[in-house]
Amino acid sequence: MYNFEFEKPDTIADAVAALGGEEAQALGGGQTLIPTMKQRLASPATLVSLTGISEMQGICTGDDGSLCIGGATTHGAVAAGAGVYPALADLASHIGDPAVRNRGTIGGSLANNDPSACYPAAALASGAVIKTNTREIAADDYFQGMFDTALNEGEIITEVRFPVPEAANYQKFVQPASRFALVGVFVAKYADGVRVAITGASEGGVFRWTEAEAALSANFAVSALDGLSLPGDGMIGDLHGSGDYRAHLCAVMTKRAVNAAG
Amino acid sequence: MPKDGDIKSGIGASSKRREDIRFLTGAGNYTDDMNMRGQAHVFFLRSDIAHGTINSLDTSAAAAMPGVVQIFTGAEFEAVGSIPCGWEVTDKHGAPMQEPRHPVLAEGKVRHVGEPIAAVVAESLAEARDAAEAIVVDISELPAVVNMKDALKDGATKVHDDLTSNLCYDWGFVEENKAATDAAFETAHHVTTLDLVNNRLVANPMEPRVALGDYSRADDQHTLYTTSQNPHVIRLLMGAFVLGIPEHKLRVVAPDVGGGFGTKIFHYQEEAFCTFAAKACNRPVKWTSSRSEAFMSDAHGRDHVTTIQLALDKDNNFVALRTDTQANMGAYLSTFASSVPTWLHGTLMAGNYKTPLIYVNVKAVFTNTVPVDAYRGAGRPEATYQIERVIDMAARELGVDPIDLRRQNYVTEFPYATPVAVEYDTGDYHATMDKLIEIGDFAGFDARRKASEAKGKWRGLGINNYIEACGIAPSNLVGQLGARAGLYDAATVRVNATGSISVMVGAHSHGQGHETSFPQVVAEMIGIPEDQIDIVHGDTSKIPFGMGTYGSRSLAVCGSAMVRATEKIIAKSKKIAAHLMEASDMDVELKDGVFSVAGTDKSVAWGDVTLAAYVPHNYPLEEIEPGLEETAFYDPSNFTYPAGAYACEVEVDPDTGKVTIERFSAADDFGNVINPMIVSGQVHGGIAQGVGQALLEGCSYDDNGQLLTGSYMDYAMPRADDLPFYAVDHSCQTPCTHNPLGVKGCGEAGAIGSPPSVVNAVIDALNSGGKKVAHIDMPLSPDRVWNAINNA
Ligand SMILES: Cc1cc2nc3c(=O)[nH]c(=O)nc-3n(C[C@H](O)[C@H](O)[C@H](O)COP(=O)(O)OP(=O)(O)OC[C@H]3O[C@@H](n4cnc5c(N)ncnc54)[C@H](O)[C@@H]3O)c2cc1C
Repeated sequence: MYNFEFEKPDTIADAVAALGGEEAQALGGGQTLIPTMKQRLASPATLVSLTGISEMQGICTGDDGSLCIGGATTHGAVAAGAGVYPALADLASHIGDPAVRNRGTIGGSLANNDPSACYPAAALASGAVIKTNTREIAADDYFQGMFDTALNEGEIITEVRFPVPEAANYQKFVQPASRFALVGVFVAKYADGVRVAITGASEGGVFRWTEAEAALSANFAVSALDGLSLPGDGMIGDLHGSGDYRAHLCAVMTKRAVNAAG
Repeated sequence: MPKDGDIKSGIGASSKRREDIRFLTGAGNYTDDMNMRGQAHVFFLRSDIAHGTINSLDTSAAAAMPGVVQIFTGAEFEAVGSIPCGWEVTDKHGAPMQEPRHPVLAEGKVRHVGEPIAAVVAESLAEARDAAEAIVVDISELPAVVNMKDALKDGATKVHDDLTSNLCYDWGFVEENKAATDAAFETAHHVTTLDLVNNRLVANPMEPRVALGDYSRADDQHTLYTTSQNPHVIRLLMGAFVLGIPEHKLRVVAPDVGGGFGTKIFHYQEEAFCTFAAKACNRPVKWTSSRSEAFMSDAHGRDHVTTIQLALDKDNNFVALRTDTQANMGAYLSTFASSVPTWLHGTLMAGNYKTPLIYVNVKAVFTNTVPVDAYRGAGRPEATYQIERVIDMAARELGVDPIDLRRQNYVTEFPYATPVAVEYDTGDYHATMDKLIEIGDFAGFDARRKASEAKGKWRGLGINNYIEACGIAPSNLVGQLGARAGLYDAATVRVNATGSISVMVGAHSHGQGHETSFPQVVAEMIGIPEDQIDIVHGDTSKIPFGMGTYGSRSLAVCGSAMVRATEKIIAKSKKIAAHLMEASDMDVELKDGVFSVAGTDKSVAWGDVTLAAYVPHNYPLEEIEPGLEETAFYDPSNFTYPAGAYACEVEVDPDTGKVTIERFSAADDFGNVINPMIVSGQVHGGIAQGVGQALLEGCSYDDNGQLLTGSYMDYAMPRADDLPFYAVDHSCQTPCTHNPLGVKGCGEAGAIGSPPSVVNAVIDALNSGGKKVAHIDMPLSPDRVWNAINNA
């Protein structure tokens, strides 16, 4: 790790100001950024911690009934406090290990947009709104490929709003070493249709499986998925599984998610 | 046999591991806990290129960086010896193996990712690292040789220009049996052939390696604190072969060590560097490996590619076995690298069976990868895996029960001289198989399989036997086989005036619990409480000598030395007691810490005798010396042969290929057992590592020699929830016939015995699901199993 300055503002405004400085970078739980800095693959001059900002902490229900989670809320807090959206709480409870969950944040996870991360699947399948210090971004517009998002430099995720579905489930098939998602499928059923988002699988990052959505919107049953499959092309192929294997798992995990969502 | 728990102290008691109190309360003293006045830190600049010529190395800018004490490159070590290999293997034509120079810092070329090119000593680690980044290295990349098959091709790029090829040796064993073995295959009724890979592993002890060198100008004394399983071996190798420091000027200390699993046996460059640099810089120099460095600098394990063939007659008797193995040495020969695929592997190819003809060929190959050496089991897991997989495959091909096929071919008469040079002293393979069938509840398997099928899962049961040669080893024998050291061990029993005892042992405990189990033996022999006895280990200045801990040898070899020394203590103390009681020492008995004269009411306590030895007012001074301290060296007359039978039950998810272990049972014969709880713990850990190899772990390089599994993001370690509760039994005991405790060794059994049963179970599960899969190479990761299902 190289030396850096450290700031811990109390308000979003102060954080935004601090992030305007030369080579300043936001620090959430540090569960991705700190290891990267230790390997000297990142070298921000200033780290601006977001964890002291009370308006970015915690979970509540919005006027429209959606679940609002502060951008600096930890996975552990979501696991314990998002009971109105059980599939989301369950997802959070299976991220990493207790140490990771006690530090890692939803904002950090979504900002990082690791192609194998869990939250992106939940946000996209829920049609969540990513609220930043300057605007609101629909999940459909937010995820732009592996480690790529609609966020501008210095922009911070202050809150994430999840419309609460009628039924939902997340099925994570873990990569044996990292236990990130080799393939993770989030299925969410709303009054106006079903959304299916898949993480871990595609070279393009998290994506919606629209054929499955159409089939499930017509008939929310495992049998609706019969015969549906995704091509292996464009899927990640690595030590832990080929593109074809991941494509296969997408279908298997989608069925399991529908089955579990009931 | 008494039941576990019946015995409260001494031999057979499950005494609680006393060392755990300090380990679990943060009071352990590991090498990295040590910091010395004036200490500087070293950062090694390591190659990120697998194979290349170093054109230039410019350290001038780096040398001017803040905090830099001194920068070293290969040039500073040209006059220094090569990191030695401790075992010379002779090839099948009688020629010695090819042995390249292994420099402390790269000289002219880099040969694997992670090889140290330069070392920066600075006031702080951060400054050392900053300066290392300012070193300008110009390397012309050469094609990397990664795959052993490619490395052996004519015209392949050579890892070492001064060797004739990438072949270290071509070993045939037993060469005289080759023709007869081949002939037996010609006439065999059935031949089963299996191509398999024994996957490359990274040991990953919890504590990474650390070295701290210190030098005292006042008396020209060097001290190395290091994470070693065998400090005397390091003193010998580094002092005599690398740095030229005589033993009396070199002290090696291995304090608490957080796991070794073999990879801390070897003498590494970083140890030699810190010792050398401490003198050159005239201040202590410390190196602590990061986990990333450990992946590319700790010696790796296994990495064999094998074809094995088993020939059977029409009655399913094994008539011959032959194997062809390529063993990866990596870029340089690590300390025991050459012995692992040969003497620790070929000699075990008989397994538990009376196969009359065996021929083993091993080609050791240099590649542009990290050196490969012993990892828990070393050679014996590779042998066991081949034998037990090919037998299972034969049973499936022949449509016979895999247990029956094994039983029919068991060695049942002992001693048994195998056709591969070793003689098993004792064993009872039917007994451990019977025990396995009982503890594994084989009777209930069909019902469990049905229950799994009802959930859409395929269930499989896999079994295997294993045998290992432990208690390494008779020195005269290993000397003939090429070992460049003796493999005895030593112990000094120092009885203090008040009767408490310190035992200085050459074995090193780094998780095995010696501090608990060794005193149990002495307590039993003398009849005093265990807590009166302490073990001292890990410091060449405190203990007489020792070859260290590996190959499940500590109790069998060093424990035997301790018994011999204790016997000397008892003999002398009886003389003192006889004097005190005015009796003949022939009539003196020692029981429960009290000396008495048979047939009289005369007695003296242990403490009275030990006090008399140090306050010899009333003492037979004309006959014996005062004091009570004895040393013994013990050189075993044979290896020991622990053996057993293991069973694994798995469920396979046909939709994903995911394997889960539902049950695991182990019936071991370790001979006599000193501490059943510690023995169970050793088996538990061994099985975890064996399951890790079978299902999860696999070190992988790309074609350019880049390490693909350089962190836990890609290298899968077994975790607690990957494993079931085990059924472990060691009540089948055929005591070793040639050591005083009748013990055989238990440290490696779990890792040796478990991989074949896991794979056998998965193959059984797939076949039960109608998939005619004959073999899958480890690790049986979900994608590999799924591919096998789909290609069946
Ligand atoms: C051992 C381990 C296991 C893990 N397992 C999983 C897993 O199973 N599934 C999974 O999904 N993840 C997993 N993770 C990743 C974990 O969820 C991280 O916490 C997460 O990816 C990053 O969140 P963070 O708060 O730690 O962010 P940081 O590491 O602090 O930051 C990550 C990036 O996001 C930026 N950032 C942080 N907060 C904000 C914000 N509010 N607005 C804008 N930018 C921001 C930072 O500048 C940085 O670029 C694992 C991590 C570890 C170490």
